[in-house]
Amino acid sequence: MAAPVAIHLEFGGGAELLVDGVKDHHVTLPSQPEPWDVKQLLVWIRQNLLKERPELFVQGDSVRPGILVLINDADWELMGELDYQLQDQDNVVFISTLHGG
Amino acid sequence: MAHEVHCLKAQLEEKEKEIVALKNKLAHLEKGNASVLKLYEKVTPLSALQAKAALSNEDIMRYSRQLLLPELGVQGQLNLSKTSVLVVGCGGLGCPLAQYLAAAGIGRLGLLDYDEVELSNLHRQVLHGEENQDQAKALSAANAVKRLNSTVECIPYHLQLSSENALQLIQQYLVNDACVLSGKPLVSASALRMEGQLTVYNYRGGPCYRCLYPVPPPSETVTNCSDGGVLGVVPGIMGCFQALEVLKIASGQGSSCGQQLVMFDAQDARFRSIKLRPKQAGCAVCGENPSVTRLVDYEAFCGSAATDKCRILNLLSRDQRITVQDYKSIMDNAEPHLLLDVRPLVEVDICHLPTSLNIPLSSLEDRKSEHIQLLQERISQLKLQMEGDCRPPVYIICKLGNDSQKAVQVMEKMSGSEVESITVKDISGGLMAWAKRIDPTFPQY
Ligand SMILES: [Zn+2]
Repeated sequence: MAAPVAIHLEFGGGAELLVDGVKDHHVTLPSQPEPWDVKQLLVWIRQNLLKERPELFVQGDSVRPGILVLINDADWELMGELDYQLQDQDNVVFISTLHGG
Repeated sequence: MAHEVHCLKAQLEEKEKEIVALKNKLAHLEKGNASVLKLYEKVTPLSALQAKAALSNEDIMRYSRQLLLPELGVQGQLNLSKTSVLVVGCGGLGCPLAQYLAAAGIGRLGLLDYDEVELSNLHRQVLHGEENQDQAKALSAANAVKRLNSTVECIPYHLQLSSENALQLIQQYLVNDACVLSGKPLVSASALRMEGQLTVYNYRGGPCYRCLYPVPPPSETVTNCSDGGVLGVVPGIMGCFQALEVLKIASGQGSSCGQQLVMFDAQDARFRSIKLRPKQAGCAVCGENPSVTRLVDYEAFCGSAATDKCRILNLLSRDQRITVQDYKSIMDNAEPHLLLDVRPLVEVDICHLPTSLNIPLSSLEDRKSEHIQLLQERISQLKLQMEGDCRPPVYIICKLGNDSQKAVQVMEKMSGSEVESITVKDISGGLMAWAKRIDPTFPQY
């Protein structure tokens, strides 16, 4: 069994509006047989944090186009995207790209 | 005798200086008059920007405080003077951007915008003044920039980049592809609400916008400043940041934002820099086998809905809607009814009709218990006032008549179960139609 993982989730650029307008979420993912990866995290977020219109956040297995995922201050593309295995105290940011000015 | 000669020489020197100053002033005024700015309605080829061989005395005086920086120096200043920059959009970002580029002595500034100056722009688009309302933004910005630095060549373009309303998203892909195809760096920033973002794309082998966002987001997730709101200083800070990166690139120092996303959170006063993915081999425009080799149809690419600046919904049938004139006569005849305003509280604080009950659409959709209870009470009271066995009328209003239609659909589901049976209709065109057609003193926003 993998131990529970405590992580810091942040939402910005308007993505916070999908989670009650709250930017910071300190959450603990429960213990499960395999280690937590980002793909499972997205499922967990969908079930536990998203209040309405989940299609504005997830699309298929991944996030919808226009949302950038950052793991520990780096683009998730550099970290293995959906397969990245979450470590205790990781910081995951979901940022919607802004258009305007 | 010797003393007198000395005095005369000094006086002569003084007068000569004065003559030089007067000649300079005259030359300036003549140049200023000669260059009444012309607004370009289409793109025409321009002559190549002439590189300066050396700085003039006036240049040295004007730029002295930045020439003293070893990071810039004389060579950096000369590099600025031979650089052309196209500023896409003369709004909240473009105004401070153009202002600082001109002040620093950039050679040529293209200023592109299709809109005219409106009163609601002035809180953030700080090159425009009250007297510039209804003037083309590009021209207004160019005139302001010229006043600041007449040596900068300004080319105002009053045109849009795509055939329909050039929404930010379409413009973003178009400008990205144009930059990749012509080998220019793109210093890109955006600001909304209390946040800003900045990245330099297509720079020194780094990623382009498509490398990061190969698929455009659904159009309903794209919020603009007129929907989402923005504090003027936030684009101001991001526009200044863009100017900084442009000046570093143009002078030869280079930008460090090539594979970086800089995020600014104005609420927490915090900047954060994120390392982005490298250039993607599979990118449609900058990759190894690009499918985009010239500019394409960006409206089709982004989805046609993205072109509608304000999407007008049509969810209801005609008998489910009334006009503002209809509502005016209902008010004048004092017909018993409930007026429900479904805008968010922050907008209700800006303005509202005196008799309206405010329950935001989101609360209706979520069936927030305190709001539903309030609604039940008000509908029951109304039923008591009315005679016979009728369904009390509820009229729903919002800003433009879109959310009110959604609210009608929600309320129809609630009618007869969660609340007593009601007749529910929305007011077409919302409060902005009310302000235009019924009450000109009602505020517009
Ligand atoms: Zn690319």
